[in-house]
Amino acid sequence: MALVIDTSLCVGCGACVGGCPNGALELVNGCAAVNEDACVLCGVCVQNCPVGAIDIRRETASPDNTAQHRDVWVFAQRSEGLAEVSLELTGLARRLADSKGQSVTALLGGGTQDEADVLIAAGADRVILGVQPALQNQLEAPYTDWICRLAAQYKPEILLFGATAFGRSLAPCVAARLGTGLTADCSVLDIDPDTGLLRQTRPAFGGNLMATIVTPHHRPQMATVRPGVMPLPVPDAARRGEIITDSEAVAAGLVELLEEVRSGGGSALQKAEIIVSVGRGIGQRKNMKLAEELAAKLGGVMGVSRPLVEMGWATQDRQIGQTGTAVAPRLLIACGISGAIQHLAGIAGAETVIAVNTDPNAPIFGAADYKVVADAADTLRALIDALA
Amino acid sequence: MRTIVCVKQVPASNEVRLDEKTNTIIRDGGEAVINPFDSHALEAALALKEQFGGTVAVLSMGIPAAADMLRQCVARGADEALLLTDRAFAGADTLATSYALSKGIESLGDFDLLLCGKMAVDGDTAQIGPELATRLGLPHVSDVFSLECDGAAVTVQRTLGGCVQTLRLPLPAVLTVTRELNVPRLPSIAGVLRAEEAEISCRSAAQVGADETQCGLKGSPTQVVATFLPQRTRTVQEVTDTATLPAIIHHIIKGGA
Repeated sequence: MALVIDTSLCVGCGACVGGCPNGALELVNGCAAVNEDACVLCGVCVQNCPVGAIDIRRETASPDNTAQHRDVWVFAQRSEGLAEVSLELTGLARRLADSKGQSVTALLGGGTQDEADVLIAAGADRVILGVQPALQNQLEAPYTDWICRLAAQYKPEILLFGATAFGRSLAPCVAARLGTGLTADCSVLDIDPDTGLLRQTRPAFGGNLMATIVTPHHRPQMATVRPGVMPLPVPDAARRGEIITDSEAVAAGLVELLEEVRSGGGSALQKAEIIVSVGRGIGQRKNMKLAEELAAKLGGVMGVSRPLVEMGWATQDRQIGQTGTAVAPRLLIACGISGAIQHLAGIAGAETVIAVNTDPNAPIFGAADYKVVADAADTLRALIDALA
Repeated sequence: MRTIVCVKQVPASNEVRLDEKTNTIIRDGGEAVINPFDSHALEAALALKEQFGGTVAVLSMGIPAAADMLRQCVARGADEALLLTDRAFAGADTLATSYALSKGIESLGDFDLLLCGKMAVDGDTAQIGPELATRLGLPHVSDVFSLECDGAAVTVQRTLGGCVQTLRLPLPAVLTVTRELNVPRLPSIAGVLRAEEAEISCRSAAQVGADETQCGLKGSPTQVVATFLPQRTRTVQEVTDTATLPAIIHHIIKGGA
């Protein structure tokens, strides 16, 4: 396991040096050299090298037992009925399975026959309906036990979860128990036509870069998928599928649910038709009121970028982006948001984007339909006056 | 009360630019800092130590320079620091990282509570806490924003979608924490002085009994096959006269675009 630099190919351009997240590369006598105490083998330099002089030497992993695994599975999360992401995942799984000539199974814990029918109409060939009382609540331990037993029994090739708070907590429990890889928060999933592997694409390095990841030697290939990114499938009531009722005991675990209170909120952004969003370019905290006022005037809601949550100016339920909420409004007015990729990933579903920023080179303009080079607070004031 | 806190050193900034001449990625990571979420985990551990007595150990896997971050944790009040550092750990994905950390935790001995930040800001996976809990066979709750302990069990709260769960777990247990949980303290002068003298234990894979085939790149099921800056698909139209904006907004809201 090492980073290998082919000195006969290296032209000393330094592209690897500037790109290294850890400052582990330098030019020595006109040739790239690695400081092994700083290198974490992240592979950015391998991609960056224009002449293919850098490689990561990999020893072959444990022997494959991948051949006996097949089919695409989705975890159909519920919270007061089927979660929308469960249908998005089922539609995605259908496309992946079709390109491999395989079938789709949805795992529905604590659900109903009607919900199973909805999953079949969305693209599932089979629904495993867990009727154990322990699956009525969103708790990781019983679900981990349930899913791992089924996975060991049926051997799926691909297993997908929604990247909800529960999915992001449950999926790693399952991955660790099954001893396989897990890619978080994917925004693109497809099948490599040459290898048949699931290509899992997600924002990396805090979201400023995209990375495509594969799991070549371990099964199932696991990923969590951002809600609101994949299209909702058009239901086909004529589709037929199998419903298997499963009642075998699951280990309830040691976490006891004392109380569950609906807090509402949260999803307001996800459903909003019009959003006025603000970022650091808003300048002062008091200027956020302007965004709220404009949003109210337009019948919309206010969202924020991650830095404002980190500064404590807004709560996380207001955050748009990879680690917040993915939004899909008809109109998004982004004010003083520079547009880190993790933010852009969260607004990809917006129909029309108007971006306001003083920096004409801000990345947000690359994701906008209308570019306004201006101060965010001034523009908000002008709009509030004009729309009065 | 014995608490172990897992911490990670991350770049202070995640800025990435594209060198348009060479089409290569340029990162300006700047200095390395403790992952902000892990600061809140450490604060929670220090507060429990004040309430119940006992000790706090901090654990990290990283390059030798990460010892500085652990020293800062000691300055804030941690009693013991262990850095897992070895070429064998390089290139680890979350499964291999959780394996290495689980061996480090075993070498630290019995504990009551294992705390992690909700996620690392450079990876955003939020997988290490749940994977550690599974490997250690302990109950866990992620994304905790409220925590009470009676010495034998913890009562915690987390937000799941549109609801807040209140949960109770017997100790030992694993929790990952959010920023809302607390406000991290600054190091005291006495703490800084103590940290200067403190020993930061550095251990290799072999020293914590880790099987090298389960560590680092070798032990990682996932492989990064490409990194790139994403393509933009919209065509942007510049609005130079902001006085026309209200009309544009009206037009979009009425159904045009």
